[in-house]
Amino acid sequence: MSTTATVESLPNSSAEPQVNYLNARYGVKSWLLTLDHKRIGLLYLCTITFMFVVGGIAATMMRLNLLEPQGALVEPETYNKLFSTHGIVMVFFFLVPSIPATLGNFLIPLMIGARDVAFPRLNLLSWYIFVTGCLVMLYVVCTGGVDTGWTFYPPYSSAYAHTDVFLAAMAIFIAGFSSILTGMNFVVTIHKMRAPGMTWFRLPLFIWSLYATSVIFVLGTPVIAITLLLLGVERLLHAGIFDPALGGDPLLFQHMFWFYSHPAVYIMILPSMGVISELITAFSRKRIFGYSFVAFSSLAIAVISFLVWGHHMFVSGQGVYAGLVFSVLSFLVAIPSAVKVFNWTATLYKGSISYEAPMLYALGFIGLFTIGGLTGLFLASLSTDVHLNGTYFVVAHFHYVMVGGAVMAFMGGIHFWWPKITGRLYPDLWARFAALVIFVGFNLTFFPQFVLGYLGMPRRYAMYPAEFQALNVLSSAGASVLAVGYVIPLVYLIWSLKYGQVVGPNPFGAKGLEWTTQSPPLTENYVKTPIVTEEAYAYENAPEPEVARV
Amino acid sequence: MSDAALAHGDNPTGFAHQFEDLEQQHDAGRMGMWIFLATEILFFGGMFTAYTVYRSLHPQAFLLGSHILEVKFGAINTAVLICSSFTMAMAIRSAQTGKRKGAIIGWLIPTMLLGATFLFLKFRFEWYHDYIEHTMPGFGFHYKPEWGAHAPQVQMFMCFYFFMTGLHALHMIVGIGILLVLTCMAARGRFTSQYYAPLEISGLYWHFVDIVWIFLFPLLYLIRY
Repeated sequence: MSTTATVESLPNSSAEPQVNYLNARYGVKSWLLTLDHKRIGLLYLCTITFMFVVGGIAATMMRLNLLEPQGALVEPETYNKLFSTHGIVMVFFFLVPSIPATLGNFLIPLMIGARDVAFPRLNLLSWYIFVTGCLVMLYVVCTGGVDTGWTFYPPYSSAYAHTDVFLAAMAIFIAGFSSILTGMNFVVTIHKMRAPGMTWFRLPLFIWSLYATSVIFVLGTPVIAITLLLLGVERLLHAGIFDPALGGDPLLFQHMFWFYSHPAVYIMILPSMGVISELITAFSRKRIFGYSFVAFSSLAIAVISFLVWGHHMFVSGQGVYAGLVFSVLSFLVAIPSAVKVFNWTATLYKGSISYEAPMLYALGFIGLFTIGGLTGLFLASLSTDVHLNGTYFVVAHFHYVMVGGAVMAFMGGIHFWWPKITGRLYPDLWARFAALVIFVGFNLTFFPQFVLGYLGMPRRYAMYPAEFQALNVLSSAGASVLAVGYVIPLVYLIWSLKYGQVVGPNPFGAKGLEWTTQSPPLTENYVKTPIVTEEAYAYENAPEPEVARV
Repeated sequence: MSDAALAHGDNPTGFAHQFEDLEQQHDAGRMGMWIFLATEILFFGGMFTAYTVYRSLHPQAFLLGSHILEVKFGAINTAVLICSSFTMAMAIRSAQTGKRKGAIIGWLIPTMLLGATFLFLKFRFEWYHDYIEHTMPGFGFHYKPEWGAHAPQVQMFMCFYFFMTGLHALHMIVGIGILLVLTCMAARGRFTSQYYAPLEISGLYWHFVDIVWIFLFPLLYLIRY
């Protein structure tokens, strides 16, 4: 074990108004042409929050419709468009960029002691590309929507759908390039821009998880790009690329689609795991248990994630032996995920735990992700998957991972670093209340769906047999609680921008380079390039928190 | 991609503020391009996979399809691209060894011309010919009697042919654009034996686009006997 020496600390002149990245320059132009990774992170934050609202509205209308067995609100065709919009927007325009493009952009250079990412202009370009993709998608939504589901399976999407499949696919194609540029930027930044003394094994685990995510960005995204391009060509020319009547193979689309889209699940969850490692250590004031295991489990997840796509196709007509192999490989990916859960739990053991809002989200994450992960094993088993495939069990499973996991961690991370981003604290009581509301609302929404799926209710239908109504009403009620839970933080976080309590550089007494610079940081992050002399999470010599622990 | 290399164009020394020194900047740029090329490999790889799957499903039709193409033009274009890789490498070499800007431009312009030659041959003698002969999917594709029952899959072959060579041509056009920018930079005397990273990094891209063609040529033209 090393080491006690400290990081070069900064004079914190809290008396006079300090220059920081927010007040260094003013005006719309200073934001739209900024090359500052912190400002670009905030641009992303605004964009994805807007897209989250769009996807959320679609979800709300679906849940309203499912209040009655015959459909309470919309025509079945409209319902198809709602779940497609919800899926496409939430996956490609919210979850994929959520933590990497916002917190990742903001924190990576700060955490490794750099002035900026390696390619600031590419970073800004990636935001513009992303916004272009968003606008194309919104155009599709406003001009009639798309009804293929987020998976775009042919031959439905290629030959039968009458909606604007081509443009919707192009929206995702465009947004994909922003992922690629972000991933490329992060990998190079982490390799080449670390401060003196910031060795690989002193990196915060958040950096390790974003490194693994970036690898998937770089290697997975081009495959979905080419797949959607092929679909577009087929849609325009009807040359039979995915049409069995002309010798095409719809299964090939599924293989290529899931080659990206399964790893994409880990794009969504890996950064969350990184956030959780930061939160758990900060609020139990302990070193992470088994640093290198947690670090390498991120890389293991990234690698194995490329080899499990076939578990989406157990009943699609792929070979029995292929199914067997994919089943085994899918079980394997559970191991590194479980390693993380065990290590977080072991970190908590005998820690000095306090229950600030970010920690509530972190603890919620561990529980919900465990449920989401374990139910994934049901679906990775060939025989149970035949029963559960295409039911609400699947819907519940991936919402436990994506919402109970990724969104909870996103919320936790936003709260944890909010004082660093804005220099102000949110109202803690409200924050803890909202975290609780989200947790309750989430479980009320999605737990009944496990039961519904087990009983055989298929997903993607506007109607259902009357005996499923009680559980569906329960789920819809939960969704409204969940919606309230999301609105509360939106309100108080915006409120806190002007009225929140002003705090110093390190309100939670956390370790990590980003807490050694002022809040909000300078445009150049550090007055002087920091020199790192200790491991991450050396909480035995952490500073005292500025705010009272709860 | 080129931005990584060219981002520093407005700074006479070519040095960007976020780096500690020019060497770190150079390393970062080179690594960024390699990662971008990894992305590109997966991009074209997805296409090669789809092509290979269908080739194995319909070997006879793909054989008939490949006979529509003329090996002659494919071969000439292969030679043209290999020459352009040589001239590109020489442009980098002249910057590295501190030659004057005339030498660098003197290698960059032939590189562009060779790239343009490739595109001209492709458009004028191959794609235009296919258009006239009604073997261009989406533009009045006619089934020929000698294809018999294989005709739909022959069309699929041609679809892949245009898709793959089209994307490759798009990369060539982007590459020529990058070369144009490099030529302007060289004309302003930006490159020295210390600072030639944009040339080197763009060179990686150019060679990569050539290599893609080296795979496309046999896949599409040569597997026919």
